Amino acid sequence: MNADDEALLEDLLDGEHRALARVISKIENRAPGYRDLVSALYAHTGDASVVGITGSPGAGKSTLVDKLAEEYRDRGETVGIIAIDPSSPFTGGAVLGDRIRMASTVGDMDVFVRSMSARGTLGGLSTATADAVKAMDAFGKDRIIIETVGAGQNEIDIVRTADTVAVLVPPGSGDDVQTLKAGILEIADVFVVNKADRPGSDRTVQELREMIELDSGSGFGGGGHHGADAMDDHGGSAVATQESAEDDAPESWTTPIVETVATDGTGVETFIDELAAHQRYLVDSGARVEKAQQRSAEEIRTLLREDVHAMLESELERAGGIDDLADAVHRGETDPYTIADEVLEPVRSCLGELETENTE
Amino acid sequence: MSSEQEQESIRCLVAKVGLDGHDRGAHVIARAFRDAGFEVIYSGLHKAPEEVVQAAVQEDVDVLGISILSGAHDTLVPKIMDGLEEYGAKDDTLVLVGGVIPDEDRPELEDAGVSAIFGPGTSIEETIEFVRENAPDR
Repeated sequence: MNADDEALLEDLLDGEHRALARVISKIENRAPGYRDLVSALYAHTGDASVVGITGSPGAGKSTLVDKLAEEYRDRGETVGIIAIDPSSPFTGGAVLGDRIRMASTVGDMDVFVRSMSARGTLGGLSTATADAVKAMDAFGKDRIIIETVGAGQNEIDIVRTADTVAVLVPPGSGDDVQTLKAGILEIADVFVVNKADRPGSDRTVQELREMIELDSGSGFGGGGHHGADAMDDHGGSAVATQESAEDDAPESWTTPIVETVATDGTGVETFIDELAAHQRYLVDSGARVEKAQQRSAEEIRTLLREDVHAMLESELERAGGIDDLADAVHRGETDPYTIADEVLEPVRSCLGELETENTE
Repeated sequence: MSSEQEQESIRCLVAKVGLDGHDRGAHVIARAFRDAGFEVIYSGLHKAPEEVVQAAVQEDVDVLGISILSGAHDTLVPKIMDGLEEYGAKDDTLVLVGGVIPDEDRPELEDAGVSAIFGPGTSIEETIEFVRENAPDR
């Protein structure tokens, strides 16, 4: 690490906002030296609890995050927020508008809001987000909230860097709930039906409840997703078998459904209680450690993939550049598979040599 | 995709400060900056100078564009500049002012650290070109 970065790290640990902002920029830009910086940050992390919030555009994520931050501040905790908005696939530009909704806490520097754009990378954003979370953690934030649009795999990866994931479902999404089913609904630790004062919210809650119960019934949920209410409906013998099943998985988590009206703060306390309950569950069941391990494994994989990717990129350049190769395919001289084999050949032979060295 | 290893984007904060509800210009600029490939953070209306400073510092923007049509530029803009200085962000943030600024007020703003003032009739291309050329190299 060079002297500048070291000073920067020092300032960040001292609690200088400007330094935290600059470190996150370096992470976002993949600026030279950012890796050493993040490595150094790791030693100072692990204290913050991280909540991920996702949901369809307009569901009220930013407004809810704002109220969440306000409530945490009232309880005397410091908050870091990472708000992610999509970038244009054409120009790479972006308008990051989440900040406008975060009005309750403006002027309070202990709420650190950072907007990030997707910058069109594959998987890269989830790495950058995870690293930015590390920076805020090392800075000393008690609570970190990641907010993203639940649109695709990339976004799902991002919220997965959180300990607890809340999925916002606006009322009247009716059929939307169906389409979401295979995607973000599966990763929810807490469901939030926001705008609960709107007509149709009862139905949305009902649909979600049915889905959660269906999940546990089919066995995917690990058999432990029944709430107390569900068990009361069963006959005597059924209750007995249910209970023995519960004994096998004493620490299972039933995804709760919280109704909120983020604009006036209704239900936010209940939401915070559920988040806290989930955090407790993670600790008590040992799932927190497991999750952290999975996350580290995923981080290692992503990093390796990116590094190898970069190495191959220069190899590709050596082989004549992607445009020429694509042109050759277009002219019918070769095909993508042959090219991939040819480009990879030197790498393969290198690895082959390594293997023989090791066995000797 | 070799750009994946190092990718920089010019980050801008487009800010409306004070009691001034005219945000059409700010919207047009935000949109144009986006189309130019910049990352734009829009502050929303009626922000206090401290809020603008907070956003500029936390977002670590390269460029701060203040849109002001209320005539209060001579008090609000210096307040923002002082705030930036407090957080050590004044020197490497390019500060632009857009709006109706009388000629006689310009030197004062420029002395306070504003790099350029774009009045009515400025073309969007001109503004974007200025940002591209003058965005601080960090």
